[in-house]
Amino acid sequence: MAKLPEAEKLCEQLAAELRPHITPKTAMIGLYTGGAWLAERLHKLLGLKTPLGLMDIAFYRDDYSARGLKHDPKRTKIPFDVNGAELLLVDDVLYSGRTVRAAMNELFDYGRPESIALVVLADRGGRQLPICAQYCGARVEVPAGQRLRLKREADGRLALALEPVRAA
Amino acid sequence: MQRNPQLNDKGELQHLLSIEGLPREIVVQILDTAESFVGVTEREVKKVPLLRGKSVFNLFFEPSTRTRTTFEIAAKRLSADVINLNIALSSQTKGESLLDTVANLSAMHADIFVVRHASSGAPFLIARHVKPHEHVVNAGDGRHSHPTQGLLDLFTIRHYKKEFSGLTVAIVGDVLHSRVARSLIHGLTTLGAPEVRVIGPQTLLPAGVEALGVKVFRDMREGLRDCDVVVMLRLQNERMKGALLPSAQEYFKHYGLTSEKLELAKPDAIVMHPGPMNRGVEIDSSVADGPHSVILPQVTFGIAVRMAVMSIVAG
Repeated sequence: MAKLPEAEKLCEQLAAELRPHITPKTAMIGLYTGGAWLAERLHKLLGLKTPLGLMDIAFYRDDYSARGLKHDPKRTKIPFDVNGAELLLVDDVLYSGRTVRAAMNELFDYGRPESIALVVLADRGGRQLPICAQYCGARVEVPAGQRLRLKREADGRLALALEPVRAA
Repeated sequence: MQRNPQLNDKGELQHLLSIEGLPREIVVQILDTAESFVGVTEREVKKVPLLRGKSVFNLFFEPSTRTRTTFEIAAKRLSADVINLNIALSSQTKGESLLDTVANLSAMHADIFVVRHASSGAPFLIARHVKPHEHVVNAGDGRHSHPTQGLLDLFTIRHYKKEFSGLTVAIVGDVLHSRVARSLIHGLTTLGAPEVRVIGPQTLLPAGVEALGVKVFRDMREGLRDCDVVVMLRLQNERMKGALLPSAQEYFKHYGLTSEKLELAKPDAIVMHPGPMNRGVEIDSSVADGPHSVILPQVTFGIAVRMAVMSIVAG
């Protein structure tokens, strides 16, 4: 199996790719948990003026009826006006696209952004919804029965990892 | 061992009937989830789609304004449809039994029953008879339990004091008739508050209250000393008739919270009250409206806590 790409390198690469598109209206939102780590990193690398937003989509998931609410939903904090903002929505891994749909639904309860672009560290395919990332660090093939996750080491370094899918 | 009637086979919360018997993790889960809902209640669109298409029936067999309203707001903010039934004025007066009322509402496709009843245990009875996809939330049963009030009290304490370890909490007044006090005492014990005191006249303290793990004080000044949290209970006017108390004035003199008595508590103590307050009976206006009072934030947090409870049981 091919080696997983290095998350740290992908961060730098994404920041370089994003930099020419930053405007005074750009604001960034990271999705808990992995997307929030990545967004914190990108926000710093790009030196964005607008404070970083963090979002937990627990209350907007489409599988609530089947799976219930997860145990520790984080509080969504968007410390800027969403109306008219050019948003960069940041997640670690893009898979079915359901998280992104939920995030967009939640975002529109905060206001009407000028635009939303999706930034992901890795795209593992398997989309179930018509959603694609405008900025994507790498495409990664994930073997059946595994999931791709972003991890943050004790020293703050980010790394991609494969782990077995837990039975629902 | 008898199964906990509030939990399903997986140990998840199925009904909220009392704080007594709830595992610590579930109490913490409710408080943490409520914390995230506070964020929702502060935005412009104060609604999330979690309970879209679900119906919440508010079954109030006993009058209530605040609790019923905050349950209604909570359900609406979760996008549920809310049906308020004031049963005191409806079929029950025509002789329909409690379970028949519930069966009829179930036939109207209820998902959550929020129940307030003058008889202790009524929500437990309903919970035993509802279908697996239906959930019961106790909104106060007799003198027994008022778990969402207890949870919002815990939420308020955690909000202002961060940790329960090291806290001294005094509950003052009519503990005997108070389901609020009972729920809060169980909650504080579950979360590990080291010292819970009850303060009140002998006639208003339940016999053997020490068995709940609390310290009993008849003298309010002594009981308030170095407290972090003071919870005042409502003195129900009807108690005055039953010869349990001489008069409201006399009660205020001994057990009313004044600024002067509050000075005995810690300088950063918070004062709570489940409402409705009797100013000049159990609490002086200078305290109720003063800097230590968190009585109105309690009401606001109550909405988030009820959102958390309903979204956890129905999930």
